[in-house]
Amino acid sequence: MTANLIHVLLLLVMPPLLAGVINKTKAWFGGRVGPPLLQSYYDLIKLARKSMVLSTTTTWVFRAGPVVTLAAVLMAGLLMPLGAFDAPIRFSGDPIFFAYLLGLARFFTTTAALDTGSAFEGMGAAREVTFASLSEPAVFFALLVLARLSGSLTLTGMLHGPMGGFSAATAAPLILVAIGLFVVLLAENCRIPVDDPNTHLELTMIHEVMVLDHSGPLLGVILYGAALKLFIFGALLLHVLAPFQTGVAWADWLVFCAEMLAVAVAIGVVESIMARLLMRRVPYLLTGALLFCGFGFLLLVR
Amino acid sequence: MTSLFNGLLVIVLVMNLFALGTSRIHALIRIVASQGVLLGIILLLVHRHLTIPAFAVAMAGIAIKGFLIPAIMLRALRQAEIKREIEPLISPLASIMLGAIATAFAILFSGQLPLVDQNDGALLVPTAIATVLVGFIILTTRFKALTQVVGYLVLENGIFVFGMLLIEAMPLVVEMGVLLDLFVGVFVISIIVNHINRAFSSLDTRRLLLLKE
Amino acid sequence: MSATWNILAAIVVLGLSGLPAYLLPARSETGQRVATAAMVAGSLLGLCGVAGGVGGAIPSVAGAAWGLPYGRFSVAIDAVSAVFLALVFVVPALGSIYGLGYWGHAQHRGTGRRLGLFYGLLAGSMALVLIARDGVLFLIAWEAMAMAAYFAASVEEDDPAVRRAGWVYLIATHAGTLCLIAMFALWRQATGSFALEPAPAMAAGLASAIFVLALFGFGFKAGLMPLHVWLPGAHSAAPSHVSAVMSGVMLKMGVYGIVRMTALLPVGPPWWGGTLLVAGAITGLAGIAFAIGQHDLKRLLAYSSIENIGIIAMGLGLAVLGRALGRPEWVLLGLGGALLHTINHGLFKPLLFLGAGAVIHCVHTRELDRLGGLARRMPAVTGLFVIGSVAICALPPLNGFASEWLIYLGLFRTVGLGGEPGFAPAAVAAVVLAMIGAMAVACFAKLIGTVFLGSARSDASQHGHDPTATMMGPMIVLAFGCVCLGLFPSIAIAPLEDASRTWAALAESTPISLAAVAPLGWISAAGLGLVAVVATFALISRITPRAGAVAEAGTWDCGYARPDRRMQYTGSSLGATLVDLFGLVVWPRNHQPAIHGLFPGSATFKSVVADTVLDRLVLPFFRAAGRYMSMFRVFQQAQMQSYVLYVLTIVIVLMVWGTMGAEP
Repeated sequence: MTANLIHVLLLLVMPPLLAGVINKTKAWFGGRVGPPLLQSYYDLIKLARKSMVLSTTTTWVFRAGPVVTLAAVLMAGLLMPLGAFDAPIRFSGDPIFFAYLLGLARFFTTTAALDTGSAFEGMGAAREVTFASLSEPAVFFALLVLARLSGSLTLTGMLHGPMGGFSAATAAPLILVAIGLFVVLLAENCRIPVDDPNTHLELTMIHEVMVLDHSGPLLGVILYGAALKLFIFGALLLHVLAPFQTGVAWADWLVFCAEMLAVAVAIGVVESIMARLLMRRVPYLLTGALLFCGFGFLLLVR
Repeated sequence: MTSLFNGLLVIVLVMNLFALGTSRIHALIRIVASQGVLLGIILLLVHRHLTIPAFAVAMAGIAIKGFLIPAIMLRALRQAEIKREIEPLISPLASIMLGAIATAFAILFSGQLPLVDQNDGALLVPTAIATVLVGFIILTTRFKALTQVVGYLVLENGIFVFGMLLIEAMPLVVEMGVLLDLFVGVFVISIIVNHINRAFSSLDTRRLLLLKE
Repeated sequence: MSATWNILAAIVVLGLSGLPAYLLPARSETGQRVATAAMVAGSLLGLCGVAGGVGGAIPSVAGAAWGLPYGRFSVAIDAVSAVFLALVFVVPALGSIYGLGYWGHAQHRGTGRRLGLFYGLLAGSMALVLIARDGVLFLIAWEAMAMAAYFAASVEEDDPAVRRAGWVYLIATHAGTLCLIAMFALWRQATGSFALEPAPAMAAGLASAIFVLALFGFGFKAGLMPLHVWLPGAHSAAPSHVSAVMSGVMLKMGVYGIVRMTALLPVGPPWWGGTLLVAGAITGLAGIAFAIGQHDLKRLLAYSSIENIGIIAMGLGLAVLGRALGRPEWVLLGLGGALLHTINHGLFKPLLFLGAGAVIHCVHTRELDRLGGLARRMPAVTGLFVIGSVAICALPPLNGFASEWLIYLGLFRTVGLGGEPGFAPAAVAAVVLAMIGAMAVACFAKLIGTVFLGSARSDASQHGHDPTATMMGPMIVLAFGCVCLGLFPSIAIAPLEDASRTWAALAESTPISLAAVAPLGWISAAGLGLVAVVATFALISRITPRAGAVAEAGTWDCGYARPDRRMQYTGSSLGATLVDLFGLVVWPRNHQPAIHGLFPGSATFKSVVADTVLDRLVLPFFRAAGRYMSMFRVFQQAQMQSYVLYVLTIVIVLMVWGTMGAEP
């Protein structure tokens, strides 16, 4: 019960911090001071108190988009085990529910973007759904590998591995899956080298360009949802990368938070040292991720 | 031990695919160089009883493939003033797919081979076959003289992995001989590249066909 | 017994429902109302029969009294037929109510009565196909269904495109029937009769031959790639409520055929299941890739039907594989998922077709890139269409998710959980299904975005308005079905379990149940939770004080001052990258002029996504064949004498051949 409460609390509170850490890391690489760590929280509070401007072209779909997206991502967060602890909601087959909740979020984000009737937003929507068509199969290859290794069909069971941890013989497939999942994390959360969250060139963006017309509280909901999604993917990746446990509850929570921040730093480093790929090269990168996860599967079942 | 070993070999496989996917000669050379270094490290690990000659060979391998050859090639690159990207016969995506098919084939094929038990779980054989195949793919689909050299390097890396299988049986002299051949080859090509470039103002091997008479 | 009679009566009522209209003048609306009333009454009668049949002792065989040539009139319902019958007794009736507004006899004087007649016949013959227990009876019903569908789909025959689509359909369906005739001939050879009863052991080669023929024969009807050639054309040519019935119900007759034959045949080798899985994966992936490339609203929906048939085939393949390898949980999940998806697709695809019909009805174009901005003019249709789209993308909390989830669970089990024996190649199908799912989201985001959202791309789409109650009613019922089955999929679990057990002839004592391997209750709980969270957020956004402070302005558009409605992102551009990724299969063709200079003149761009199989393979082949065959034209002299000469020649040749054969 306590674990569930802490889970929900972390899920609700921690995500914007990750964005702060990433920005700090990037600022450090660039030799700048950068915005304060808590800047994302200030932004969200400010946006919540602003009024909205709605386009005359838009309909209820535009307003439903961010709301449904946030709800879906939040549900997905409740299915994802954090660190050494079980997820609050877990049932046989929940990984599929998890993946399709993110699909629901994508459907409503893109339709909301298309509702504005702007070419830029259409462009972003097209990219989002296209790239997801390549990253989703990669995630499912990873899930298959984990299902086979752990013998479980719940996310909690899959990610915590079989009793006594993953055996050393499975390291090779897990390395491949981890590489694939990291690329998917970057793509799904619109980070460099797939998308640039900072740029203001509309032609080169994916996520940012879809939300150009959202403003005020709706924009806040979108930003918060995006941070939440990053948090969830980070938690997913951590299980594969660093399944460390101490056995003591409070220490495990601390380890999890520290690891999560480390992931944020890692993303910041990647964003600092890499250039954004040409938009037409992104499918190659994602195909690569798909292949890595596929090879992980192949190595395991051959 | 096997798991660490397999983990490193998987990274070799990943590097193969990166080599196929990249479109910059610089990046290509760096990837293949780091592959050479990694293989040297694996060679150190694979020995049960590390002898001084074996250590020396591994170190020589790392030095030559990881640093010396790349340095020569990068120098040739600078002198020939090649800034253009690789112009492969097929798109990067297609060559990644080809490499993936080759790797999958290697993994499935090596499952059928009647291997000695101790090599069963290890990824040595599939990695070796896949790396050799990827070397061939690079050789057949790239036309720049320098990328051809890179193809040979990848090919040699694959053979090198095969050599690890026979580490107890194969005299180190053979490995040294291969390394020497390779080194001399790269050395010569890198010098020639410069001259070809000056004489024909192109490094496209297709154009060199005209020289056959 | 009475259940079967109920259904027989329902079949008669449905089949003859269009006749009374012929007693009245062509423009009379009364005739159409009578036909609709008959459809509804017959369907209710049939549904009672299905309910009684499922509850009572099944299978009940009825009426062997009068014989057919070579066959018997033998009918029965069992749990498998019941699932499909439910669909037959729901969708056509709703479609006929919709037809009151959509294809009123007053507006369509020439075609209304004919459409009504064949529409009823189509529904009746489909129900007969499902209960026939004799090969000959089955074929008769099958052919009646195929022909009724042909006439119903090609009512607008003055349009050459419709004639062409009908022609392709006619050839394809008969190619399928040909396979089925061969299959039943083999069946008779193997079992000694045409009776469709579980066969005792038969030679493995013969069983495989029957299976392959069934796969082809029924595959033509279901639309498995590459046998789908007739499907897009026929669906876009037909009136929308006929498309709804064809896509939602008639395609499923092909699925039913495969389900039925695999149940009757003895347990086969694993490659049967493998073939079905591969066929399903190819069909699903190629179907959705083609769908994304379409420019025509109804062709897009037709390709999406092909994709869904692929998903059903994957579930079916898993079940066949599980039966071959003795894994009851694969059977339950695979067949349960396939049948549930059959039902689900029978709800959301008609909903989408009827929605598309409502759009076409007032806009008079099916061209996606001429539509747009209809959400403001047809809010109710938009809402229903969004529900249908979310359902067809298999997104929670609607019904498509529940069925795909069952199939996923089954496929995940083939990977060999925790080292138990599995069949890992089958698990790759889960990845394909994931890709199909993601591409379906792309496809329907494109569809909704171009048809309903943004602003109108042409003057035509400014005439949109929500249709009348007779057209809205059926759509609301279908959407309600989608929501119900999505939030409470466990209501379907008992019939599905019955059907799966009947299909695989699982003993009652098999200690495994669908409810145990698939916790559908959790899907309900999680779906309701999701709805609750959305509702809470919506409520919060209502009551927050500042949320009322809203200013209206034009779309920002990055500050561009003179946006034009034609500058919106088109449907073609939305799908372009994905279509190019699948370029090897979809083979898109772009015609664009080279643009030179700083101030180029006006230019046109055209992109075509033709059906690779039909337009690039089948038709060119037939054209070439036609050219070569025309050399035999020289024999056609149109002179009596030459024909007599041919006969004489043949007779002499035969005589010579006969004597030579007799000699030794």
